[in-house]
Amino acid sequence: MTAEIGLAALWMAAALCVMQFITGALALRADTVSEGADIGAITRPAAIVQGLLAMTAFVCLLWLFAITDLSVKLVASNSHSDKPLLYKITGAWGNHEGSMSLWIAVMALSGAAIGALEKRLPEKTIQAVLAAQGAVGAGFYAFIIGSSNPFERLPTPAAQGAGLNPLLQDFGLAFHPPTLYMGYVGLSVAFSFVVGALVTRQVTPDFARAMRPWVLGAWVFLTLGISAGSWWAYYELGWGGWWFWDPVENASLMPWLAATALLHSVTVLAARDALRTWTVMLGVVAFSMSMLGTFIVRSGVLTSVHSFAVDPERGAFILILLAIYIGGALALFAWRAGTISEGKRFALASREAALVFNNIMLCAILGVVLLGTLYPLMAEAMGDRVSVGAPYFNSVSAVFALPMFAIMAVGPILRWRQDSGGRISKAAILLAAIGIVTFVAGWLASDAGILPLLGLAFAAVLGVASVLPLYSRSLRRTPLATWGMVLAHLGIAVSLFGMASESGFSKETLAAVSAGESAAIGPYEVTLLGVEPLAGPNWTALEARLSVSDGSEPVVLRPQSRSYVQPVQTTTESALHNRWDGQLYVVLGQAAGDGRWQLRLWWKPFVTLIWYGSILIALGGAMAAVGHIMTGHRRRRLVVRLKERRAEEAALA
Amino acid sequence: MKRAIFFIPLAMFTLFVGIASYQLTQPKDDAVPSRMVGKPLPVFELPAGRANGVPVTNADFTDGKPRLLNIWATWCLPCIAEAPQLEALKEAGVPIVGLAIRDTPEDIAQFLETHGDPYTGLAIDQRSMVQLGIGSSGVPETFVIDGKGIIRHQHIGDIRERDIPILLQELEDARR
Amino acid sequence: MIRYLAFLAALLIAISSSAVPLSAQETSLANVQLSDPVQEAKAKELMESLRCLTCQSQSIADSDAEMAEDMRHLVRTRVQAGESSDEIRNWLVERYGDYVSYSPDVIGPNWPLYAIPGLLLLVGIALFLRRLRGRS
Repeated sequence: MTAEIGLAALWMAAALCVMQFITGALALRADTVSEGADIGAITRPAAIVQGLLAMTAFVCLLWLFAITDLSVKLVASNSHSDKPLLYKITGAWGNHEGSMSLWIAVMALSGAAIGALEKRLPEKTIQAVLAAQGAVGAGFYAFIIGSSNPFERLPTPAAQGAGLNPLLQDFGLAFHPPTLYMGYVGLSVAFSFVVGALVTRQVTPDFARAMRPWVLGAWVFLTLGISAGSWWAYYELGWGGWWFWDPVENASLMPWLAATALLHSVTVLAARDALRTWTVMLGVVAFSMSMLGTFIVRSGVLTSVHSFAVDPERGAFILILLAIYIGGALALFAWRAGTISEGKRFALASREAALVFNNIMLCAILGVVLLGTLYPLMAEAMGDRVSVGAPYFNSVSAVFALPMFAIMAVGPILRWRQDSGGRISKAAILLAAIGIVTFVAGWLASDAGILPLLGLAFAAVLGVASVLPLYSRSLRRTPLATWGMVLAHLGIAVSLFGMASESGFSKETLAAVSAGESAAIGPYEVTLLGVEPLAGPNWTALEARLSVSDGSEPVVLRPQSRSYVQPVQTTTESALHNRWDGQLYVVLGQAAGDGRWQLRLWWKPFVTLIWYGSILIALGGAMAAVGHIMTGHRRRRLVVRLKERRAEEAALA
Repeated sequence: MKRAIFFIPLAMFTLFVGIASYQLTQPKDDAVPSRMVGKPLPVFELPAGRANGVPVTNADFTDGKPRLLNIWATWCLPCIAEAPQLEALKEAGVPIVGLAIRDTPEDIAQFLETHGDPYTGLAIDQRSMVQLGIGSSGVPETFVIDGKGIIRHQHIGDIRERDIPILLQELEDARR
Repeated sequence: MIRYLAFLAALLIAISSSAVPLSAQETSLANVQLSDPVQEAKAKELMESLRCLTCQSQSIADSDAEMAEDMRHLVRTRVQAGESSDEIRNWLVERYGDYVSYSPDVIGPNWPLYAIPGLLLLVGIALFLRRLRGRS
């Protein structure tokens, strides 16, 4: 019964979504208030009910997975009654159909939130925004109902589920995809805002303020999603790497880069009414990057280690959606962009200039990642096969990233519109000194490469620079959004520090040892105590016991080499050990003959800062979002109160 | 003129969609073809694959007779499927030299016992050195080598029945 | 003792020159670091930029595949024999095409990979200057 309720809810939500699109669009066509307003008035309620229905459908799906209803095809092929409850539930979105339901549910809920709460913009613009959302949603509904119905029943219930895929029973992997989806959906909302504003010619600071929390929210989720994915790759793939420039990783990075640029250009638009066309363009680009990401992951046109639910047919469907929405939006942009003026100009020494410069740098990095990711596809179409990997991405993106970090250090202390270089010269000299000293110290003290040393220097500069905006400010009266910015920038510095020291100062030891023998790595002495077979619920493993000591009390680490039977798969379970200044990473390799075992040992200084930094970034983003929402709310209440007072005064007079 | 700028993103996007949809309709081909076709075999000397066999060197391929060079292994499942086809080629009088990748004489003996022995020469390439040297990227692969030791043709994957005429033709061409 | 001598002989052959027959039955260097840290660092860097041919998008430094191991062995032996990174990379590209290298050349058929970002930079700077005050 639950499945039928879910399906019915899904159909009704789809119908409402179409209605939301049609009414919103019709309201747009009516020039006068008369009939158009009547029809347009349905748009908001339609969005709200659609959100509730889509959520109902998704909750039904969660319930089916929680109770393992094996009469439902999706459950039977992707779940198993022996799974722990947590992974039964997360299994609901660990497949194509379920992940699409989640996507739709979140997207419809966002529409409902706009319908219920957004009061800042002209009614017509909101209706256009919701219409755009309806149009995007309709495509996804068609996709899910037409080709990937999650509620399909089996003619006869299965005796047992087929999905005990052990690799998906992992906390990181269970929460990495939905986090990314939230980000993608947030960008789709930003996209709808942009389309709505473009159609109704309302690219204004108010529009920027209304859109900003969605962009910030999307950005926070993307940050968390990417770093969760990177952390998973780090401890699961067993080679100590945390970013491989794999197409699927790039697919998740590109929307983040676009969202970061959008976030900053929206700020300029909200504060200074500048960068109108640019912001609109970025809104379209950010959403196209998330669609493109989905396309790359699902279609299998590019070879990746992380391929998920690959199916060329679905890829074709996503490509069609991509072509309609992005093509349509870009056509609209080409047609309308000329009619919106660029807005106010600014001086070279101004915060806008810094933000615009970095926006361009971010877009250039995005361009590099996009080019490097898609280049093999284009080369293949020409009949040639090319690989583009880490050496290319690292060096070429650094050309743009390093100047960006430099400007990022001084940007937040510059004033809007017009500032003098002299006012910040002291701070700039201090920051430059910090950078140079760090670089030279690193140069003298180690044999690390130029790029890691530059990274280290900029991390130090940014670490100090990020808190400079708080200097000579009353901390209690500093707005929450400013705190958010400070924290996010600090997070970038922390992450960058982690990345630079990991790539510059990591140590590697490959050793073949028998029981009782030791190997040295970084500050540690690793002694093999023994290797024993071990059986888990659905795997067998060889587990090494290693005694690890840096001079103090030894600790025992247990890396494993696991073999799963269903499906047949071997995984390495690395063992990690933290010290204040870094992490020891231990992997058990193969038997090396004569009773010896291969050990792969890495000492990675400050590597965990990469992920702690990204948590800071996300936290900063969340604080900024909350801060902006609260400020907006307060301002609106003030406006309402002012109006009331005027009305009272008018009544008294 | 100024408006034209705003059409650039649309044009680039259209290009991308065109290429992506073309690629979607193309069958995914993961094979990495060797660039060594048309070039001579590298200089090599590999130990015998049979207990009483002789080592195989590149000089064995320069006696004027075209041969097949079969890259295979006992641990490779498609190689079992390929065995009857190699047998058929042997029947047709084709000399086949086998290079067993990362293998042992014991495993080889057992494999040949079960699936037949089509090889006129057989060696073990323990570290894939010759495999890498001729640009082969997988097991099984089969190369046509002419009488001067020049690589003339590469067949990627296991040999199916329909590939036999092609290989025979390539061998015939290699004679010229 | 005999085994040790055989090993030493094989090693000597491997070191002496790359024109010697490809036979290389010595112990695999796939998972053994070179004793010279400078050479090892060079080998490591090269391995990270070479694609494992049987894997799904992984460098040979990050793969458990046996072919990746043999390629690591090849890289380490050749580095040990004193070959430069470019020589080794070119040797592989000669056999497998650009696909085997993650680091496409600036000069050659893949120049757009470097030219387009340069173009992006120019366009970006032009856009930036247009937005500044005092210009029309």
